Amino acid sequence: MTPSDYIAVPLLVSGVMFFLAGSAGLLRFPDVYTRLHALTKSDNVGLGLIVAGLVVEADSWFVVGKLLFIWLLVLLAGASVANLITKGAMQRGTRMWTR
Amino acid sequence: MDTLNLAQWVFDSLTGTGLLWLAWMALASPQLIRAIVIFVAFGLLMALTWVRLDAVDIALAEVAIGAGLTGALLLAALAKLTAAQTEISKSDHRPRDGRAVRALRQLPAVLMFLVAAGLVYSVLSLPPVSSGLSVEVDANLGTSGVENPVTAVLLNFRGYDTLLEIFVLLLALLGVWSLGGLPPQRVAPAGPVLHTLAVVLTPVLILLAAYFLWAGVKGPGGAFQAGATLGAAGVLLQLAGWRPGPGFARVHWRLILVAGPALFILVALFTIVAGRHLLEYAPEHAGTLILLLESGATLSIGLTLAGLFFGERPDDGYDNDN
Amino acid sequence: MQTLHFILALLLFLTLGAGLWRAVVGPTAADRMLAVQVFGTTAVTITLLFAQAFGNAALRDVALMFAVLAAVTAVAFVRRAWSEVGVDDDSE
Repeated sequence: MTPSDYIAVPLLVSGVMFFLAGSAGLLRFPDVYTRLHALTKSDNVGLGLIVAGLVVEADSWFVVGKLLFIWLLVLLAGASVANLITKGAMQRGTRMWTR
Repeated sequence: MDTLNLAQWVFDSLTGTGLLWLAWMALASPQLIRAIVIFVAFGLLMALTWVRLDAVDIALAEVAIGAGLTGALLLAALAKLTAAQTEISKSDHRPRDGRAVRALRQLPAVLMFLVAAGLVYSVLSLPPVSSGLSVEVDANLGTSGVENPVTAVLLNFRGYDTLLEIFVLLLALLGVWSLGGLPPQRVAPAGPVLHTLAVVLTPVLILLAAYFLWAGVKGPGGAFQAGATLGAAGVLLQLAGWRPGPGFARVHWRLILVAGPALFILVALFTIVAGRHLLEYAPEHAGTLILLLESGATLSIGLTLAGLFFGERPDDGYDNDN
Repeated sequence: MQTLHFILALLLFLTLGAGLWRAVVGPTAADRMLAVQVFGTTAVTITLLFAQAFGNAALRDVALMFAVLAAVTAVAFVRRAWSEVGVDDDSE
């Protein structure tokens, strides 16, 4: 392992942990709003951490730029689509889960 | 077996079985929306399979067309189907299918079975070990004008294939328009979030189309990938509530639709007049001609796909009594 | 490092199964849309890990394509699967 690997590996592994947590939420949470809540965070942070890990390993600034650009695009799209889905679900009267 | 090999084996068997299972689920699902979601998932898994096989050109095309635009087209069809069904159930007068109609429904199944049988036969009759034509392609790559062997095959060695494919796309759109298109659909205006997303993402998509077009000269990319990205920009604009106005539909749209096919025909005629075969370029001009053809094709493919998603006959200001 | 990247990609691939289950089970159209959204992000991540693991820079372009096209498909779901006249596919 090179020194940069000591930084990259924890970032990559924790990124995947966020994805696993997100799918646990997708499987177990009781309604669409809570599932959305779990996923938007885990996806954006998970991809962010993995991109950060890959940036540490990247061998050119061009690759770094492309990786960050992809992350920004996913952030923008994810946030917007999550908003659209929630709004649509509320307008159509999908009820929120209560204990 | 070391860890990497084991992991690869697990990954590959999961993709293989997953693809078959998803294909069956998509076909067998009685709910159309569920079938479409599964179809999109199938497209993404297919694209991941191409990624795994290092076939980057096909992976790009599968992401853009297989999962992205086909999914959007199916959804548009579903939305219009739901509207039509609501009309039918309102009139409460559903014609029963006659025996001939029911028999005719079996015809596609028979045809598909024949196609599948032909495919199985041709796969079985392939020689067990063969390098295909890749050796010859590599040997002639120097004279093709590009460095990406896939682009060399699609636009130079077998340029007529691409020529015909572009005409097929154009014919599909002309077919939709000749049938009168669909009645205009009322869409709710876009909220601020969707508006912002469209404003930011549309220029990015157009830039990406140019990037994929340019990248196709040296590596994976090309007219179909670029055209699909451009088409996605058109789809996004329509989803945000934009409609092609009469001025655009009457002149610009039609001109761009025929630009790609027309350029192809002009270049084909030019090569024949110059005493060569159809679409056989002089090596010193090949690079320029391919880029020219691909640029035209990108614009035409993009606007054709956007037009198919639109699905209506364009409001061109003429009085086309529906 | 190649092995690690691949195993992480494999783990992400397994999370696609969770998304798939949600897409099939629903119960609302919103759940299915959510699943499509997850597919896109996960596919982007897997492709980026593959690009690094196998040293194939062109795969990052595929990831880029995944990112933008998944966004357009997801918007298409929200805007078209919930058309004004249409009814939700399944009531609660």
